This record gives sequence, structure tokens and C-alpha cells, in this order.
Amino acid sequence: MVAVHSRLDRLASRTLGGHLLLALGAAVLLLLLSTQIGAYDNYNLTAVAIFAVAAAGLNLLTGLNGQLSLGHGALMAIGAYTASLLLKDHELPVVLVLLLSVLSTGLIGIVFGYAAARLRGPYLAGATLTLAVALPQVATRYKSIFGGESGLTVPPTTPPAWLGPDFPPERWLAWIAVAAAVVTFVLLANLLRSSAGRAFRAVRDNEAAAALAGIDVARTQVLAFVISAACAGLAGALFAYWSGVTAPAGFGVTLSLQLVTAIVIGGLGSLAGAVWGSLVLVFVPSLTSGMASTLNVPSAIANNLPLAIYGGILVIAMLVAPHGIQGTLTRILTIGRARWGHTPAGGQKGVVDWDDPASDP
Amino acid sequence: MSRFFVLSLNGLTQGAIYAAMALALVMIWRATQVINFAQGAMAMFTTYLALFAIDHGVPYWLAFLVALSSGLILGAIVERVIVRPVESAPPLNVVILTLGLLLFLEALAPMLFGGQIRSFPPAFSIVGLHFGNSQVAFSPFDAFTLGSVLAVMVLLLVLFQKTDLGLRMRAAAFNPDVSRLLGIRVGRMLTLGWSLASLVGALAGVLIAPSLLLYPTFMDQVLVFGFTGAVLGGLDSAVGAVVGGLLMGFALSYVGGYLGSDLETVGALVILIAVLMVRPRGLFSRHRLRQA
Repeated sequence: MVAVHSRLDRLASRTLGGHLLLALGAAVLLLLLSTQIGAYDNYNLTAVAIFAVAAAGLNLLTGLNGQLSLGHGALMAIGAYTASLLLKDHELPVVLVLLLSVLSTGLIGIVFGYAAARLRGPYLAGATLTLAVALPQVATRYKSIFGGESGLTVPPTTPPAWLGPDFPPERWLAWIAVAAAVVTFVLLANLLRSSAGRAFRAVRDNEAAAALAGIDVARTQVLAFVISAACAGLAGALFAYWSGVTAPAGFGVTLSLQLVTAIVIGGLGSLAGAVWGSLVLVFVPSLTSGMASTLNVPSAIANNLPLAIYGGILVIAMLVAPHGIQGTLTRILTIGRARWGHTPAGGQKGVVDWDDPASDP
Repeated sequence: MSRFFVLSLNGLTQGAIYAAMALALVMIWRATQVINFAQGAMAMFTTYLALFAIDHGVPYWLAFLVALSSGLILGAIVERVIVRPVESAPPLNVVILTLGLLLFLEALAPMLFGGQIRSFPPAFSIVGLHFGNSQVAFSPFDAFTLGSVLAVMVLLLVLFQKTDLGLRMRAAAFNPDVSRLLGIRVGRMLTLGWSLASLVGALAGVLIAPSLLLYPTFMDQVLVFGFTGAVLGGLDSAVGAVVGGLLMGFALSYVGGYLGSDLETVGALVILIAVLMVRPRGLFSRHRLRQA
């Protein structure tokens, strides 16, 4: 037992170092990239970072803890409205706004998480779907606070003076979003390798066995929900800066379903999958709108094409490749390794193989 | 006439529609142990087909039949083409599949029928009936809504309880393996079950469209209300779904009337959470515990 523990500890320290190096490398690369691209691409880079944060949080809950939430768009709304309300009358530093948004969404996450921990499968999905349908209505109802249908405007963040007077604000926002995403991913990656992460997976795979092994199942599920909600809150606050306006129409059921699409496309249970998924969420709409304008497609079709594609992808993915992009990549690698006489290829056909991508966050 | 009475009448009519939605969800849940989150979107789509028919000069009644029959066909297609191949996959996969269908249909509808908000004609007048000198907040269309939901439910009851086909469908849902050994075509029974559920959903769509207006996501809240009603009733009980749906109709009518119609969905969320906390197996379920 002792030997196992010390080995795990060594592994953990190695993973922490590895994650930090990887994160630092990714951050430097992305910051360099942001100086080479124009305003529009920086805008897209920001969006990818935002969706990656939200999708990573959702993937922690759904892919690793087995709880499907259809309400993460609503949780993003809580983060976005927190940021917008904070910025309504005061000029506050970005970091403070982001932290407070994480805090407020996390608190709501505790309340909803306690309810959610008692729910299983379809009940949780239905309850979170109800949250997604109900929350935008609250914003419409209490106009004086939340600005009704037209929402609240969010002032843009101005780059600090030491970056020079000509530093583009889009690039500054991209830096903020990338930094937030990198920090989130490092924290999540380490969490997943910790005892908490193992508890998440144990609860997902077999609640009774997890409880017998001494894991507090309900507490684990609440924790997963709160962490996941906090990620959604951070993404929501960044979303508020990014879009410049926080209105109920932006946080409908479709946003929640887009996040589900992102983690399914990327791969359930994998952090890297969340990045793949958010790349799809950002670049499919810009691809289709570009195609639609060259082909002169009517706007009713062009505007709905991305959602139709996501819906189609979800259906086809579940029928053909339930592992998503990251899962498929991992499988190819595993099969490749098996050929060379290392680990055997795992996974059953047609069944979501949760552990396969999860082992490589 | 007191406001409470008016709201109660309204709640009864709305409740009948939510009951239909709840029943559609329960029928599929009992047959396949899946919540069909695309139920609302499918009903939205069939309602658009009915409106498309009306736009092209088809009389209301024929359009009504278009909605119901396209619901029947859509349900069969969805079961046969999309759900059947993942029959043995984990429940999460099937749920994600229905979510994909929901997104797809809600994007396809504005592509085919245009994205603008449309009004949908009612079958009868929506002006309250006159009894002597006083006008009651109960219109001929409300009577039609109640009557048609009731008729469909009686027909389903007769089908499931009195006919050989109904018995086979119940057997197929109860124990597919044994039913298969006994020579029941379980696959066909499942397809038929999805078809009938989808028909009931389509009925809810055409009945509620006149009061909600028609747009691609207009059935989202009806789905949520129906789901809450179904959970309230116990998710695996058809009677429970109907009672739960009616209770939701009354409750949300009072919430809408006294607190504001924007809060109906919040009311549904509160009711759903309360039921799941206090009595998760619902009012009518025979099971002691909810299934994972």
C-alpha cells in the first residue's frame, strides 16, 4: 500500500511539472500567434479559448463524472451577467471581474449541484434543460436589473499602458482569454490526476463500488458540478467581454447544446477533446458564412447551417464514432502501439470508452 | 367571474396539452428507457408541415391530419433509422442522439419554412362561449383541445388494454427477450410505439401553436412542461403522465396569471426540483426507486 502511494506521489509530481511545461509552451505559442494574426483572427482565437474553458468544465462533469448537463449555457449566463453587472457602474480590473464571476457561478453551482447529486441520467438532463429554458426568462422578466431583451452592454477592456498606445484591444482580450484557458486547463489536468479525479471516474463507472471503496458519492458529484459550473462562469464572463453585450437570446438552449456538441465531437472525458470541440464551434460558423456569401445562399439557410451541422454531427458521431476526435486519435495511437508490441488496443466498438481518452488529458 | 376561475379553465386546457406531451415522453420511456428530448422539436416540425399545408390552401382539418400523420411517420423514421442502431449503446449515447436530432430539426425548420414568427390558425373561435348573459373564458377551441386530447387518450387506452396488438406492445416493452421467444416482432412494436408517441406529440404541437405562435424553438418550453408533468406523475405511468400534465397546466396558469407569464418556466423548474427532492418516484410510479 505504502509503495503504491509513493509511486502515485512521484507520478503526480511528474505530471504537475509536465502539465506546467506543456501549458507554458502552449501559452507562449498562442501569444506569439496572436501577434502575427489580424483583429478578426484574434477575435476567433478568443472565442476558441472561451468555448474551450466551458467545454472543459462540461467534459469534467459529463465525460469524467457521467452527469449530463444541458444547462451549461445558463451557467455561462450567470457568469456573463455577473461580469456585466459588476462593470455596469464601476471600472474593475479584469482579473477581479473574472474571479467574482467564477465565485458567483460556483455558488449557484453548489445549490444546483446538491439537487443534481440526487438525480440520475434522464432526471438530471431534464432538470438542467429546464434551467436552460427558464433562466433567460428571468433576465427578460426583471428588466431593471438585467436590461430585458436588449441586455446589458459591457465596456471593452483597455490594454495596459506598458503595452504601448497602439496595442490592439482584440489582441489584449485574446491574451486574457488564452491565459484564463491555460490556467483552467492546468488546474483541471492536475485535478484529474489527483484523488478527486480518480473519485470522479470511480463514481461514473460504478457508484456502488465507489461507495464501498470509501468515496462519498454525493460529495464527489457536487464537487464535480461546482468545478464544472465555475468553469462555465469563467467562460461566461469572458464571453461578456468578447461579445460586448449580455442578452438573454445569447444564452438559450442552443448554447448548452453547442457545448454538448463540442465535448462529443472532441471526445467525452478528454481535456484535449474540449479544445478540438471548441475549434469546431468557432470555425464551422465562419466556414459556412464564408461559403454562403460566395454561393449567395439565402440568410435563412446560411444562419441555421451551423446548428444543422452540429445536430447532424451529434447523430452521426453517436452512430459511427462515439469516441470523438480525441478518442479516435487515441485509438489510432493505441492500435499503433499495439502493433509495435506495447499496450493492447482497448475499447469496445459502438460503446463510449470513457477511460480511453481520459487517460490522456 | 373570478380571476381564479378563469385561470383554472385556462389551466385545464393548457394542462391537457402538457398531458399529451408528458404521455408522449412516457410512452417512449416505457418502451425504450430513453427520454426523447427531440419530442418537442419533432412536434414543432409537424406543426410547421401543417402550416405549410394551410399556406397552400389546404383546409384546416386536412392540415390537422397532415400534422398527425407526419408525426406518425416521423416517429417511425426516427426509431428505425436513428435509435435502433444504438439500441445496445449506453443510455447517454441515445440521449445525445435525441439532442442532435433536436438541434438538427430546429435548424432545418427555419431553412425550409423561414425563420420568422408565424401565427397558427385555431380550428374554432377562440372567443369565450356565451351562457345567457355572461361570457365564460372557455372558447370552442378550448373545448376542441380538451376533446381531441381526451379522444386520443381513450383510443390509446383501448389499444393498450383491449387489443391483441396493445398486449404485444406492452409485452415487448416489459420484457423484450421473452417476447421475442414468444414470437412477438419486438422491433416492429418499438417502431409502432415511437410512431404513436410522436403522433401524440404532434397533436400537442398543433393544439398549442395558436396560443404560443410558431417559431423553431416554440416547443422547447412545452417539452420542459411535459417532462415535469411526466416526472410528477412517475415517468413510467401513463395515468401519472396525464395527471401530472394537468397539474402542471393548473400550476403554471396560476403562476402566469398571478406572477407574470415570464415566470412560467421558472415555476416549472421550481416544481421539478421540488418533486425530485421530495418524491423522486412521482405520484403514480410503481417502482420504489428511480432508475439510474
